[in-house]
Amino acid sequence: MTATLTRTSADTTPTAARPPRRGGGLRRQRSMGRAGRAVTHAILLPLVFLWVYPYAWSMVSSIRPQAETLLGGASLIPDELTFSNFERAWEQARFETYTTNTVIVTIAVVILTIAISALAGYALGRGNMPGKKIIIGTLIVTMFLPKGFTIIPVFLLIDSLGINNSLWAVILAEAGPAHIMPILLYIGYFASIPRDLQEAATVDGAGYVRTFWSVMFPMARPVTATVAIFSFIGAWNAFLVPLVFTLSAPELRTLGVGIYAFFGENSIDWGGLAAASVIAVVPVIAVFLWLQKYFVDGIAGSIKG
Amino acid sequence: MAVIANPDAALQQRDPGPSRSGKDGLWSQIKKHRWNYVFVAPMVVLLVMFTIWPIVASWAYGFFDWDGFGPLEDFIGLDNYREAAGDPAFWRAFGNTFWFAAASLFVQAPLALLFALLLNNPRLFGRNVYRVLIFIPVVSTTAVVGLVFSVLLDTNRGPINVVLTQLGLDPVNFLGDSTTALATVIAVETWRGLGITMIYWLAALQTIPAELYEAAKIDGAGKWRMFRSITVPLLAPFAAIILLLTFITSFNAFDIVQTMTAGGPNGASDIVQTYIFRYAFAPTQFIPRFGFASAAALLFGMVVMVITLVQILVVRRARRRAAGLEAAR
Repeated sequence: MTATLTRTSADTTPTAARPPRRGGGLRRQRSMGRAGRAVTHAILLPLVFLWVYPYAWSMVSSIRPQAETLLGGASLIPDELTFSNFERAWEQARFETYTTNTVIVTIAVVILTIAISALAGYALGRGNMPGKKIIIGTLIVTMFLPKGFTIIPVFLLIDSLGINNSLWAVILAEAGPAHIMPILLYIGYFASIPRDLQEAATVDGAGYVRTFWSVMFPMARPVTATVAIFSFIGAWNAFLVPLVFTLSAPELRTLGVGIYAFFGENSIDWGGLAAASVIAVVPVIAVFLWLQKYFVDGIAGSIKG
Repeated sequence: MAVIANPDAALQQRDPGPSRSGKDGLWSQIKKHRWNYVFVAPMVVLLVMFTIWPIVASWAYGFFDWDGFGPLEDFIGLDNYREAAGDPAFWRAFGNTFWFAAASLFVQAPLALLFALLLNNPRLFGRNVYRVLIFIPVVSTTAVVGLVFSVLLDTNRGPINVVLTQLGLDPVNFLGDSTTALATVIAVETWRGLGITMIYWLAALQTIPAELYEAAKIDGAGKWRMFRSITVPLLAPFAAIILLLTFITSFNAFDIVQTMTAGGPNGASDIVQTYIFRYAFAPTQFIPRFGFASAAALLFGMVVMVITLVQILVVRRARRRAAGLEAAR
């Protein structure tokens, strides 16, 4: 059925829709499939070019001399290669600091998210304590609250905790509200583990915490991988929260905010912008490609009821 | 998020202990589950701090004329709400936000479905490469995407206008002209988020058993007929939830708008998030207006909440009807 669309565009002869003879029909269908696939490629290639071009432009502009980029143009073939854009971005424009900040924030957010949501998911998935329905109900309702509309109280709360102007502010504001999907994933997983297993652990003398830490949490590794990659990508790419919390502390900027500030100050340094973009985007794309199975599984899981 | 369609599922679990309604009192129940409470506590604390408190506080701040520093004392009643509701710039941002939502439902979702249908063909060479390339903007830093596009779309030297000029056309000031700015930012946001919607559709398409198509083929059904009679009806229950997710996501366009136009020129591409941000964190008169920004945020947040809840009810009803049909069969 996947050829559905390709066929409707490829095939104009109405007779082909209903193969009259089985044998000939099959062969015809196969060759038609090939033609259909050729048309699919003909549709997809130019479209995918639109998806690739901005990345190609950034990569090329990051390694060609500043002057060449400034001349503009759509060309993707550099006349000359240089690393000066990266040197400028890394040293003068402080992208070394921004990268370090981003790495610290991302790792802390990933660890916090896994810890908090695995613990909560375990208690809510296996326990049946009073108040459980209220907690899950509240989680589900807040899932639909648009993000970014509560940034003012969050900012004031962090400020009143006295940790504004430190990376902890960014970490806490980023990790604090972001747990609903991970918790639901853990709840689903832990609830599906057979009770025999837990009973076996209990017979072996493992208490609640031991059972969680040595039996249940290791078993949930696929969920942990999914949660890790989602929170990694979310934290690495975060913009509003680090922007708000580093307004008066430029040395705490993360990559996204750093690039925004850099472009605000040097809007003609396209080479530097391109180099900074590559620094910001390549690590997260690499992690995505490495763990994409878990990422795509997580997304797919979110629509299946 | 499966819970969206069926929240009861998460609650309907086997009771591991003795029946709750039995002789155990509430207190002994709580004591028995003390470790469960310990485990759930960090999450509940953060939920209260970062989700529930901000909603409550937004209400409260909205009643004050307040710059965020010093005590809350200048109570002005509903003035902030009245001012926001009477500000044409607020309603413009409000309307623009819904243009993003409309584009996500009527442009991004259908386009993503088209891609998914094309890429669901297991015999298509390189389909995983296509998928990854279309998906990469989803995992790229949105702020970076916005900035790179503002360079690509630059009026004088941006590659896109260079090509337009070479084709003999006039260059277009995509982001600086108030007639094109909003559409341009929406187009980039559509480009950026298409991959995730495509993955949703692909996941939905993969739930359709291949045998159905084989059986239909033996019965002599054409491809269009199969699409109409198998793909469309079996996709429908997923469509509701995919559109809901796409719709919710469309309200988080802050990163792309702030980096491409910051809402300009003259508010032409302003959305509610950038409007709030400007009043609270980047004030033109250098006095932040937290009270007013909170009021504006709350007005908008409530509208979105109501719309979303209505949608969820519709999705749940659709699912329940589908389940009922299944059971009746």
